[in-house]
Amino acid sequence: MAELRILVCVKRVPAPGARITLTADHQGIDAKNLGFTTSPHEECAVEEAIRLVEAHGGSATVLTLGAIEADEQLRYAVSVGINAAVHVTHATLAGSADWDAQATARALTEAIASIEATDGAFDLILFGNESADSGGFQVGVRVARSLGRAIVNGIKGITIADGMVTAQRESTSGFEVYQLELPAVLGVKEGLNLPRYPTLPGRLKSKKVQVPVLTAEPVSGGLTMLRFDNAAELVVQTTMLGTGPEAAPAIVDLLEELGLL
Amino acid sequence: MSGEILVVLEHDRGETSDTSFQAFGLARALLAAGVGSSITAVVIGAEADALAGGLGAYGAARSISVHHGELTDYAPEAWGDVVAQLIAARAPAAVVATGTDRGNEVLAHASAIVDLPFAANVTDVALADGLSLTRVRWGGSLLEQARLQAPVFVLSGSAHTFSGEVSGDAAVVVEVLEPTLGASAARTRVVDRVTLAAGITLTTAAVVVSGGRGVGSADGFAPLAELAELLGGAVGCSRVVTNNGWRPHSDQVGQTGKRIAPELYIACGISGAIQHWVGMMASKHVLAINTDNEANMVGKAEYAVIGDLHKILPAVSDEIRRRRANA
Repeated sequence: MAELRILVCVKRVPAPGARITLTADHQGIDAKNLGFTTSPHEECAVEEAIRLVEAHGGSATVLTLGAIEADEQLRYAVSVGINAAVHVTHATLAGSADWDAQATARALTEAIASIEATDGAFDLILFGNESADSGGFQVGVRVARSLGRAIVNGIKGITIADGMVTAQRESTSGFEVYQLELPAVLGVKEGLNLPRYPTLPGRLKSKKVQVPVLTAEPVSGGLTMLRFDNAAELVVQTTMLGTGPEAAPAIVDLLEELGLL
Repeated sequence: MSGEILVVLEHDRGETSDTSFQAFGLARALLAAGVGSSITAVVIGAEADALAGGLGAYGAARSISVHHGELTDYAPEAWGDVVAQLIAARAPAAVVATGTDRGNEVLAHASAIVDLPFAANVTDVALADGLSLTRVRWGGSLLEQARLQAPVFVLSGSAHTFSGEVSGDAAVVVEVLEPTLGASAARTRVVDRVTLAAGITLTTAAVVVSGGRGVGSADGFAPLAELAELLGGAVGCSRVVTNNGWRPHSDQVGQTGKRIAPELYIACGISGAIQHWVGMMASKHVLAINTDNEANMVGKAEYAVIGDLHKILPAVSDEIRRRRANA
């Protein structure tokens, strides 16, 4: 087959510290002391797209819907080897604010349709299985359905041959294998690969690359975020069983007590 | 608000897991909140027929057994099509599943087809100007209060949140549905299965011996594996371990790894960042082994031992062997 055209959809998310601090009005995450990053599953999607292009030839494009600052995540993807980037944004996307899943999927579908109308169809579109922050578990599926393409989620292994993509999904005892005809869409998970770091030439390239910026209007669906709260902190009385190897008998006593020996 | 609550029962070729029946717990919570008046189970695939008749015990008044040649194995698009068709035909009050990979995937497909909103990983529901709900973000470390306004509420229940226990012994009416599925339904289905670990796995083990940065290296996992084997358990790890390539990603517990609920979770050299905690917080008991008595994991664990895991774990394994020899 001709050279591959791959699209990776990514989301800029706050890099979580050990504890997430909320803004005073509980409407967002206080990102003052946080950096931002690409959502972890999507970091692996970016890496996989680069590896597939290295193996089969072609090109990989990264697409995001996000705040102006999400330019940073697009350029990072270019710095590790992605060829082109497209940014869809809107004034309501600022800080850690995002749109609901239906509005996000609609905007991404329109952007993909417009890119494909000019540059040709993508053979493979990769999404993260779910975003680290909002965890809606549906944007990739909605986009694939709108485009009329097949999608499988939870993918941790990808092979392309003869116009087909073979995808592995983890199961409780091993993995399941799916086979999809291209063009197809996959929702991938961390563990698919270990993402590489940027190179110096990659960094230079990422600074120079032209990133077209499109705008989209939010067409909200029926799920509206009202406020955020931290999950209740678990308060437990920790029983100290001892210090060092001398605590071994106490640990084995506990195992016996719990019926685990 | 009357109407049915459809519960999509997750199973693998007729086999359920401990999270499968938790979807009924969410359905019962909706009933209690005044959403819907009865529960209808949706059991997809003829291999699960044996399950349909017993679901009265979980609160179902009715079970729909869905039969089709494309539904002999899990197939996300076909399952989604079936649920979307049931939504269109029966106009239920709500559709629910457990928020597992498959549960969320099927509801995402169904809600995309009929263009309904879908709230994933819900922990609480109340009826108020639509449905007022709480759902988890960041894998469970942040709660979102949200309002769902839709003709049909499509929700998944956060795993290990709602009860999957038997709630009664009501009779259930079983009906068989043979849907017509479009050609696209066959595009995505399991075509092969590869078994890597027979028997006890990370998600089914009663004891999980898990390691973090404090283990120090791939070789450092040997005493964890030894103890896990002695106990018939499994080895787990934190994200830093898989990022360092010390263990395969399939061993990772946490937001980007597995959610587990063993009887005992032994956290060795794991600091206990929230992203790890959300993967193992459903454990019945937690024992932390750490050199740092200020570590998050030590503060949150029910039991703790302070010290070097490389010295403590071999001593524990020796003690187990000694007691077994004397038994």
